[in-house]
Amino acid sequence: MKKTKRNWGRFFAFLLFVVVILGLTGGTSVRLWKTIPLGLDLKGGMDLLYQIEATPSQPLTKTGIDAALQAVELRVNSLGVSSPQIELEGKDFIRVDLAGNFNQQQYTQVIGTTADLKFYGQATQNKNGTWTPDPKTLLASGKDLKSNSKWAQDPQTGNNVVTLDFKDPALWQSITTKYLQKPVYIFLNGSLLSAPKIDSVMSNGQSEIYGPGLTTPQECITLAHELNAGALPYPLKLVSSMNVGPSLGMSSLKATMIAGLAAIIVIFLFMLSLYRLAGLIADVALVAYLYLVLVTFSGLHVVLTLSGLAALILGVGMAVDANIITYERIKDEVRNGKSLQSSVVAGNKRALRTIIDSNATTFIAGAVMYWFGQGDIRGFAISLMLSIVISLITAVLLSRVMLLLFTKSNVVGRPWWFGIGKGVVQK
Amino acid sequence: MNQWFDIIKYRRWFFALSGTITVLGILAFAFFGFNLGTDFKAGSRVQMDLGQPVTTSQVRDMFAQNGFPIGPNAITLASATAGSPNNTAVVRFGERLTPAQVAKIDALEKQYFPKSQGNQTQMVDPIVATQTSHKAVYAVLLASLFIVVYVAIRFEYRFAIAAIIALLHDAFIVMSVFALLRREVDLTFVAAILTIVGYSINDTIVIFDRIRENQKLAKPRSFEELERMVNKSLWQTMTRSINTVVTVLIAALLLYLFGGQSIRTFTFALIIGLISGAYSSIFIASPIWVVWKSREFKKKPKKPVAETV
Repeated sequence: MKKTKRNWGRFFAFLLFVVVILGLTGGTSVRLWKTIPLGLDLKGGMDLLYQIEATPSQPLTKTGIDAALQAVELRVNSLGVSSPQIELEGKDFIRVDLAGNFNQQQYTQVIGTTADLKFYGQATQNKNGTWTPDPKTLLASGKDLKSNSKWAQDPQTGNNVVTLDFKDPALWQSITTKYLQKPVYIFLNGSLLSAPKIDSVMSNGQSEIYGPGLTTPQECITLAHELNAGALPYPLKLVSSMNVGPSLGMSSLKATMIAGLAAIIVIFLFMLSLYRLAGLIADVALVAYLYLVLVTFSGLHVVLTLSGLAALILGVGMAVDANIITYERIKDEVRNGKSLQSSVVAGNKRALRTIIDSNATTFIAGAVMYWFGQGDIRGFAISLMLSIVISLITAVLLSRVMLLLFTKSNVVGRPWWFGIGKGVVQK
Repeated sequence: MNQWFDIIKYRRWFFALSGTITVLGILAFAFFGFNLGTDFKAGSRVQMDLGQPVTTSQVRDMFAQNGFPIGPNAITLASATAGSPNNTAVVRFGERLTPAQVAKIDALEKQYFPKSQGNQTQMVDPIVATQTSHKAVYAVLLASLFIVVYVAIRFEYRFAIAAIIALLHDAFIVMSVFALLRREVDLTFVAAILTIVGYSINDTIVIFDRIRENQKLAKPRSFEELERMVNKSLWQTMTRSINTVVTVLIAALLLYLFGGQSIRTFTFALIIGLISGAYSSIFIASPIWVVWKSREFKKKPKKPVAETV
């Protein structure tokens, strides 16, 4: 091969690319990583799917569904979970995603049920010991209460109680006047909670309830939440739930990261041993791929799930495919008797079409997955599509610029450095 | 790469091999069916990371002693990484667990296995399970359809059909393996099938691209020439076909070995699909195309006759 003059300017431009990529990645990737929101399966939490059920008297309407969604939001907010995700899925499903560690039992109750609190003037005891209220004597219900119920301990009895505050103190005053020295029957969700005797007329509208099923602070807090959240416009049915413990999430994140790191290292070495310096360029492009993935996830606030992480790691393997196709194409060109430089130019050009065609099909599969899937599958589909687009930028565009700069700098001329063996080069 | 042997010439062997596997797969479906997971079959699934090696009977005791209805094959043990002891137990219930029962399992797990890392519980209603199954089938069919259309536009319909046969062959082999091994099929399995559908066609496209190019350079005039041209194209692209799959296979294999129990179904399906995809791109898709394309040579002599009439 003819010796040509070395072009150090091009070589330094190439080095600049390498330094900028490695510098940016080394300098900012940890900070970026911390800004990426993690999915429930990685940090623990609950995913609840409710179906809004129509009742004979209440068919589903657009406004009704919106009201149900709002009611659920109100309830979730009353629980004080940070950044909950509440969305309507399909026509009549509400999905609630809550991150963190908490009592699933309490939370599902607060979100999905309406506390049906009613005060009656009369009730009769059944043969089996349960009580049935006399519907004609309904005095007041949960609707008459302010949304500020809370758990308290009665200073005299020490009982755990839920405090009630009537919106209209006059209503409570008239009830206590009418039923002075008589019992009032308080029903919660259809069963008798307590039947206290009214000792005195209460004019400030304040009262408290206690009874079986309200013995622990936890139970009182739950009921207070339910009362404060008001009634749901429709009954909600919990049709699917997923509950991930936080330490389990952390350990799967760790395991997948280790697997990913191992995969990246092996793929690095694989490329390096097959294509030598060209392989090194592919590896630098791969670093740029990983960095751009971080930037994209952080910038678009894409939630990273376990399956999404798996897609990104598979994406590492798919990203170098473009390099392999290009490098093999360059080999073909050298085999056809072209010089190394013109082979690199022609190989890059000819490989592009193949690369785009082959990536398009994977992208189509990803788009279909996103369209049909939910939750987990969507996380995977988003990551797959993003990784394809990003890998086209790094493994095609960036690699090409770097490879051309490097080849045209003439710093190395032997095809061996490109993984092209002696048997390939025809003299 | 050197031409080691004439792939197209031995196509009947490869067709026979794939045919046999397909028949075995159909038999596996007929006799075993899928071991459907909770995503598709309604009920509940509890995955517990117990932090210590466990046996099925220990886990069974924990549930049975506390009044949980537990079926004979409800418990499966698994390890966190391949080769390590079984620290994870997956328990499946036909019934839907109530939030109260989930809370109770949380408490019991800590009581029976103090080192436990917590659990992941899933409950699915029949409505959701049915919906999910339908969506899964539609998704695979629709993805295949779009890919056929894309390949048909970019290449020609014969390439598209040959590619789709190879692709469905891969999806079918993965499903057969899962039916044969009685592995649990969950939602991530569908994601794996879709990924295989999208990815395994890549190799096929690389090969078809080369066939198309070689066809332009010298148009084959006989079946022998066509055979030789396709065989040459296959060997010219062999290194890239293998290397591109190897890189993804490396990623899938390491995820399978170290990536934790939750994605093992997914990565296992992917590994089978990747291998099958590499095989079918080379040994099935191109031979199908050759057989189909060669019909042109049989028709052609008739054409001038038809024109003179």
